[in-house]
Amino acid sequence: MIPAMTEATTSPAPNQPRLPGDLAIWIFILAEMLVFAVFFTAYAFARAKDPALFNECQMTLDRNAGAINTLLLVTGSWFVVLAVQAAHRDDKAVIARHVALGMLCGAGFLGVKVVEYAAKFGAGISLSTNTFYMFYISLTFFHFMHVILGMVILSVIWNQARKGAYGRENCHGLESGAAYWHMVDLLWIILFPLVYVMR
Amino acid sequence: MLKVLKNPAHRAWLVLIVATGITWYLGEIGAYGTAAIVAMLVIAFIKGRLVILDFMELRTAPWLWRILLEGWLIVVGGLILLAYWISLK
Repeated sequence: MIPAMTEATTSPAPNQPRLPGDLAIWIFILAEMLVFAVFFTAYAFARAKDPALFNECQMTLDRNAGAINTLLLVTGSWFVVLAVQAAHRDDKAVIARHVALGMLCGAGFLGVKVVEYAAKFGAGISLSTNTFYMFYISLTFFHFMHVILGMVILSVIWNQARKGAYGRENCHGLESGAAYWHMVDLLWIILFPLVYVMR
Repeated sequence: MLKVLKNPAHRAWLVLIVATGITWYLGEIGAYGTAAIVAMLVIAFIKGRLVILDFMELRTAPWLWRILLEGWLIVVGGLILLAYWISLK
């Protein structure tokens, strides 16, 4: 275990290199990122076999929804960073509120995605329509599941934070959950341009 | 305003929002081909790096973790670029 920072400085500038949260969550994050790396690469190379089909079908995607969802995840991540920063300066009252705001952004993401899926499925598009839609649905849905898991983790953290569990001396759980939430954001940052915009 | 930007998280958020707007705009004007692809991958790399360093707080982490996550960005971006380059042939 790495001892918690004891400096009373507001800017977290530890002299020793320090990995936030638990090592286990970072191993898990790396494994998840490897799986997504395979998916992203598979999409790109499948596209190389039939760029005309991918370009045509990409035009049917709701780019505005994709961009709004990027803004939601980025802002959700930002709120969770502010919660971690509040824990580092022992400002306990702020932590739960910022985690809740992060969850609100996540809920917004899920809502936008449900509307987007409803429109696509309503138009008769399914996994078997063609290679592009197979990738579009499976990639975004796999990511969707990760947003849900991130929300579950944040809800546990929010509950703990409300009880005053996190502070300067005890922020490992908060930092671990935050790291996972940022991973969900990081993955969408690649997924959005790749599937919705690049042609 | 400038005081607010001293917090790396606020700075990163601002850049992430603007960068998302640029990618969206490139889509709106129908940008395509090598220049558009490279531009979008560079933007995605900058955004991903900000999330890794300022949101995940790996800027002050042991170098191994920075290499692993930033390396992931470079490898994934490189493979996507390779696939798109093949498709343009």
